[in-house]
Amino acid sequence: MLPIFCINKILINDNNMNNYVISIASGKGGTGKTTVAVNFALSLNNVQFLDCDVEEPNANLFLNAAISKTIDALISVPKIDENLCNYCGKCQEVCQYKSLAIIPSSNNSKGIVLTFPHLCHSCGACVYICPKTAIEEVDKKIGEIEIGNRGDILFASGKLSIGEIMSPYLIKQVKKNINKSRNVIIDAPPGTSCPVIETVKHTDFCVLVTEPTPFGLNDLILAVDVLKKLKIPFGVVINRSDIWNNMINMYCNEENIPILMEIPFDMGIARLYSNGIPFVEKMPHYKQEFIRMFEQIKRILE
Amino acid sequence: MKQILIISGKGGTGKTMLTASLASLAKNKVMVDCDVDAADLYILLKPKIIERFDFIGGKKATKDEKKCVKCGKCKQFCRFNSFDDNLRIDSTACEGCGFCKIVCPVDAIKMVDNISGQYFVSDTKYGDFVHAKLGIAEENSGKLVAKIRDVAKKIAIEKNADYIIIDGTPGIGCPVMASLAGIDLAVIITEPTVSGIHDMQRVIELIKHFKITAKVVINKFDLNLENCEKIKLLCSENNIETIGLIPFDSIVSKSIVNCMPLVEYSDGKISQEIKNIWNKINCKN
Ligand code: SF4
Ligand code: SF4
Repeated sequence: MLPIFCINKILINDNNMNNYVISIASGKGGTGKTTVAVNFALSLNNVQFLDCDVEEPNANLFLNAAISKTIDALISVPKIDENLCNYCGKCQEVCQYKSLAIIPSSNNSKGIVLTFPHLCHSCGACVYICPKTAIEEVDKKIGEIEIGNRGDILFASGKLSIGEIMSPYLIKQVKKNINKSRNVIIDAPPGTSCPVIETVKHTDFCVLVTEPTPFGLNDLILAVDVLKKLKIPFGVVINRSDIWNNMINMYCNEENIPILMEIPFDMGIARLYSNGIPFVEKMPHYKQEFIRMFEQIKRILE
Repeated sequence: MKQILIISGKGGTGKTMLTASLASLAKNKVMVDCDVDAADLYILLKPKIIERFDFIGGKKATKDEKKCVKCGKCKQFCRFNSFDDNLRIDSTACEGCGFCKIVCPVDAIKMVDNISGQYFVSDTKYGDFVHAKLGIAEENSGKLVAKIRDVAKKIAIEKNADYIIIDGTPGIGCPVMASLAGIDLAVIITEPTVSGIHDMQRVIELIKHFKITAKVVINKFDLNLENCEKIKLLCSENNIETIGLIPFDSIVSKSIVNCMPLVEYSDGKISQEIKNIWNKINCKN
């Protein structure tokens, strides 16, 4: 048995090891989600950064991580062996996504099998139901995952191929790279639908970035509803906080939502952004702000 | 009848601002907001809702606990981790594939229609308007986009409209593809930032994939003149006409804050530029 003080020490160490997975989201696009995510990551130690905005991944334009490997992101889709298939149509019946069409054979012609792999959700029901075991699952590439680092920051990012629609599946695969020995910062896609849900799900905390315009408030309220439904704790960063009145502050106060940070409009920040330069690099005092924000998040979670 | 989609790749580049202004300038049109998970256009158009409809996007599994014998087959076969350890269904994870229903030996699982959103047909001072609201944490935004475009098209045909003006969604995924189908012209609005350029490139690839004609508007062009030139070059390389340069001006956020289409809020330089843009869209060819 370990002496008491040793156990204490282990506990303290454990506490230090207590890292968080924090997603950065926003109902409305273009409110500064990626900016906040990147600058936040650059202000902390022991960080892993994931870009889950797989339709438009652009965090690395700012982070400039060196990519050490690129992995194909695959999903499995059905492939039908026409030598075994008897065109019974059971697979078509069971598929909820219209990904398979079977035209039965008639007296003078052989049946036809059509597959629409881009509609497939990889549920596997067709494979299970086929009485002739004519269906096998084959890999289909829907995008790529890039892995690398920028100095001490570990980096992973997903990129959906043009013409593909299964972003949530790619996001899932990007998230498999989560390294719990780090504080993980995840850049989410804009909006409030499936790709966002897939990204923020099972994260410890979500930072919602918004701006004080009627659009910003409208979309913030939608995002808040989603996070409440998913039971994820969250707080708000108000970007360009001085472009209008304090409507966001009022809303947050009423709803008891913590405001984590306010970033006033600054032409300098806008210009740096346009050139792909994270503003903490030129305005180091913001690092302190982000560290303070991290402390605040930790307090909320404790 | 022409269908015009305003699209951007990157969010927040001024899509809705431009759509609302074009809506105010165009005559005899129907308007659609395809951004079903963060719809903002209604804020500027101030619609009077005439009809609202539930949208059934797909099905979800529900379980009859009285029948369930806790064999766990459903959990074993579900690929979407929709069953927790107590074999309860997490409906936000369920994709409605129905696999659990197939494997359940006692027929305890039913697939029920899932209302994943609502859509609205409205009257505005600019004409008919169709928009939607995806339910909280719901999926199938692509199907909902297809649905409201269909509704708008019917109205447009019925009323013999000249245009359908469509506010797009950011990204290149499922709702974007649903917005692009059957479009006559895509107006890409971008900004001269590294991310604006990057995201626009992806949209151009997508548009080429669908063989759709596109024109480009550069918003806040004077924020970074060097990047602005890069965008113009990129456009000409892809045979895409740049039809407008909108300068950075606080009047834009002022118009949004006052919930008005920009061309109505002010008739300054930017308004003039948007009118020119509309003329270039409106001209025959
Ligand atoms: S319908 Fe499919 S996704 Fe939904 S719970 Fe059943 S097996 Fe899982
Ligand atoms: S398969 Fe049917 S009986 Fe078995 S645990 Fe699932 S619902 Fe219950």
